[in-house]
Amino acid sequence: MPPLTRWHIKTAFISLAAAMTLGVALALAPVLPLPGWLVYLSPAFFHLIMVGWVTQMIFGVIFWMFPIVSRARPRGSERLGWATYVLLNGGLLLRVVAEPANSVAPGGGWGWVLVASALMQWLAAVAFVVNAWPRVKEKYRGE
Amino acid sequence: MPRLSQWYVKLSFGYLLAGFTVGALLLANKGRPLHPALWSLLPAHIEWLLLGWVAQLTLGVAFWILPRFWQAPRRGRTTGAVVAIVLLNAGILLVSLGAVLGLGAWAVAAGRLLEIGAAASFAHAAWPRIVGRAG
Repeated sequence: MPPLTRWHIKTAFISLAAAMTLGVALALAPVLPLPGWLVYLSPAFFHLIMVGWVTQMIFGVIFWMFPIVSRARPRGSERLGWATYVLLNGGLLLRVVAEPANSVAPGGGWGWVLVASALMQWLAAVAFVVNAWPRVKEKYRGE
Repeated sequence: MPRLSQWYVKLSFGYLLAGFTVGALLLANKGRPLHPALWSLLPAHIEWLLLGWVAQLTLGVAFWILPRFWQAPRRGRTTGAVVAIVLLNAGILLVSLGAVLGLGAWAVAAGRLLEIGAAASFAHAAWPRIVGRAG
C-alpha cells in the first residue's frame, strides 16, 4: 500500500471518529448545557462522513488499486495525489472551523475562509479526477 | 478493468465533479452570498454525490472485482449490469432535475423507480457471482 493511500485511510478513520464524536455532541445539545454554536456544526457532521470518511477512503483505495498507467509511472502524478490529499483535508478542516464561526459572527472574515474552503475542496476533486482518469482502463499489459 | 466498469467509473467521476462544483458554490454562498436561488441546487448536490458518485462507483468496481466464472461469459449476466447503468443515470437525472426545476413529485418518484430498477437489475446480474472460494 503506497504512503499516500495510508495517509488517506488513516485520515479517513480520524474523520469518522470526529464525525461520530460530533454526532454524540449534537444529539446531547438539547439536553445538556453545551455551547450554542454547536448546532451550526450539523453540516460539518455530514461532510466529515461523506467527504472526510467515504470520499477520502475511495480516493486512497483508487490510488492504490486501479490499473497502473505504466511501469515507469504506475500511479500517475504522486505530486497531484498529495495535492489532492492536502486540499481535501485542508478544505474540510477550514469548513469545520469557519462554518460555526461565520454563523455566530456573519459578514466577517470567516466568510472568506468558507470561500477558501469551498475552493480547496473543489480543487481536490479536480486534481483527483485528472490523476485517476488515465487509470480507468484495461489492465496494463506492458505496451 | 472491463469496458462496462470503465463507463460506470467515468460517469461517477463526472458526478463527483458536478456534485463538488455545486457543493463549492453552496459553501461559498454561505460565506459570501452570491445568489439566493443557489440553494435550490441542494437536492442535486445530494443526489449527484450519494448516487451518482458513491453508488455508481461501487457498482462499477463490483462488476470489475467480484469473483468471475471459469467459463465465458466470465462476468455472467452482463445485460443486467448494462440495463442498470442506463436506469441509474436516467433516474439520477430525473430525480435531480425534477427537484431543481420543480417538475413535481411525479418526476422525482419516477426517477426513484428507475433507480430501484437499476438496483434490482444489477443485483440480479451480480448475484451468481457472490460466492465463496469453492464456488
